[in-house]
Amino acid sequence: MQDALVPMLAVVTDIRRDTPDVKTFRVVSPDGKKPFEHIPGQCAMLSMPGIGEALFSITSSPTNEEYLEFSIKKCGCVTTWIHNIEPGQMVTLRGPYGNGFPVESDLKGKDLLFIAGGIGLAPLRSVINYCRDKRSEYGKITVVYGARSKDDLVDYNEILSEWLPGGDLDVQLTIDREQEGWDGHVGFIPSFVKELDPSLDYTVLMCGPPVMIKFTLQGLKELGFKDEQIYTTLEMRMKCGIGKCGRCNLGDKYICKDGPVFRFDQLSELPDEY
Amino acid sequence: MKMIQKAELFRLFDAVSANEKLYIPADNTAGKAEYSVYKDGMQLSSQLNTVRSAKDFFFPQTENMADFQVSGKNISVEIAPRMDEDFTIFGVRACDAKSFAVLDNVFLGDPVDTFYQQRRLHATVVTMACGRPEETCFCTVFGIDPANPMGDVSCWETAEGYCFAANTEKGEKWLAKLDGVLFETDESTVIATKEKIHAITERLPLGNLPIEKFGNGDEMMEYFGRPEWKELSRACLGCGTCTFVCPTCQCFDIRDFDTGHGVKRTRCWDSCMYSDFTAMSAGQPRPTQVERFRQRFMHKLFYYPMKNEGLFGCVGCGRCLQKCPVSLNIAKVMNALSKGKEEN
Repeated sequence: MQDALVPMLAVVTDIRRDTPDVKTFRVVSPDGKKPFEHIPGQCAMLSMPGIGEALFSITSSPTNEEYLEFSIKKCGCVTTWIHNIEPGQMVTLRGPYGNGFPVESDLKGKDLLFIAGGIGLAPLRSVINYCRDKRSEYGKITVVYGARSKDDLVDYNEILSEWLPGGDLDVQLTIDREQEGWDGHVGFIPSFVKELDPSLDYTVLMCGPPVMIKFTLQGLKELGFKDEQIYTTLEMRMKCGIGKCGRCNLGDKYICKDGPVFRFDQLSELPDEY
Repeated sequence: MKMIQKAELFRLFDAVSANEKLYIPADNTAGKAEYSVYKDGMQLSSQLNTVRSAKDFFFPQTENMADFQVSGKNISVEIAPRMDEDFTIFGVRACDAKSFAVLDNVFLGDPVDTFYQQRRLHATVVTMACGRPEETCFCTVFGIDPANPMGDVSCWETAEGYCFAANTEKGEKWLAKLDGVLFETDESTVIATKEKIHAITERLPLGNLPIEKFGNGDEMMEYFGRPEWKELSRACLGCGTCTFVCPTCQCFDIRDFDTGHGVKRTRCWDSCMYSDFTAMSAGQPRPTQVERFRQRFMHKLFYYPMKNEGLFGCVGCGRCLQKCPVSLNIAKVMNALSKGKEEN
């Protein structure tokens, strides 16, 4: 008899360095297949026995039939360990967890504005690539992505080689400060978004550090966007991923199960302890 | 209804424990009531309730969930065994019996926790009507009748003996196995016992806590933002004792231990009263004891009932009233919040 809290085994087959502190890990089941199906925005628990278990967004698109990818920033025990592994390392895996973005319902046919800061691109990358693979099912797609520097842009190679030349997305990049070799926009995301003055027809999917979310949300509302048309993903400490261990509880919701994707009108009805 | 004479109770214990493990509340060396495996000659405690709640049977303080072997880049995993033997818990009070319903909603909700589920399936819960509810008791606030405890079998102590009635199919089977030990009696045998209990519960000092003020989702944010939380939580030590003795607190941690012969993944109790509970490398959403204290009570009085058709996350057992080193408890919280509301 299986149990939801006891993980399956998986293998890391490929490791890519994205930025000085972010690496992307490709994960398959021991028989070489994709471990499970997911919805963009869902998460999974990765662990190394003896080190610990932690929840990460699945960054690859569900349309990818070969593997799952996780873009992981080095910042704690588990992430430091995983940054030091080599391809062929086994890990444990369980999931997928959470609600994901409503790509097959509320977002269908909509103009989509993605706003990401730093590692905040990780959960949105899954949605962006999903929408690119089903391009005719969505309206205009704009991606506004910013990081501290050019070197901190996660998946910059994919952005350069696929997103920019593809013509199916409008990609707007920004970095916080001037940098040699960068001739793109310089400035923080909240002001950049206001400069871009996006049409109010967009549905917004936003993810990034709390301070970015706070000021970008403020800017969007000044432009006339409503809470109902802005989605974000929340992050809290989690142990179970299935709404039982108690620590990601917000009001009558559990972020791991009822989230991590919420609209701002839903969040306005919940305690702001996140 | 079945009955056994007082002096003969050991015959029932002997008969049950001949087939399966039997746990009864017995006085430990510290003089406190504690569920213990019945052994020949063990006496049923005369105290009202056990220090630790009966949740331990289904959600133990620590449990092994999986064992891992790591060698080089390889890992193997073996899931820990689940409970596979029947057992009986005797003498569970009405409050603790109700707490199982609160825990069931969490652990048996999708996806099912098989560790908890198998223990529930293998347990027969024999409850005991409370002889003399204490002044810390307030189960009646939550609609619990200590004179009519639920569980698989209910038991009442009368002047002459102990009376039993089954509430479930499992309880009927349990009683049927005791045919040679119990004799028939009728419902009227326990009327006096129930009346005596009700005479006490009607006068309980905390029997009128303002429960009607809580649980309404429309008022959740208002209560969340109430100024009283700061003053209420000021004395809280953050020791977590309330969460550990609480029969409905079920937050847990999952931790790995390297034994030198492999890694054990264990589940253990955790507490929302601890800063570590929500601390992340990226930040701390509940930075002070005010937020942690508020979380515990908001969960019991709003978040849990909102999610579970009005069932409160408290059963009024009174353990937190008895055990908090600084005399904080849910009764004080309910009174302060309700009084503050009237003044606002």
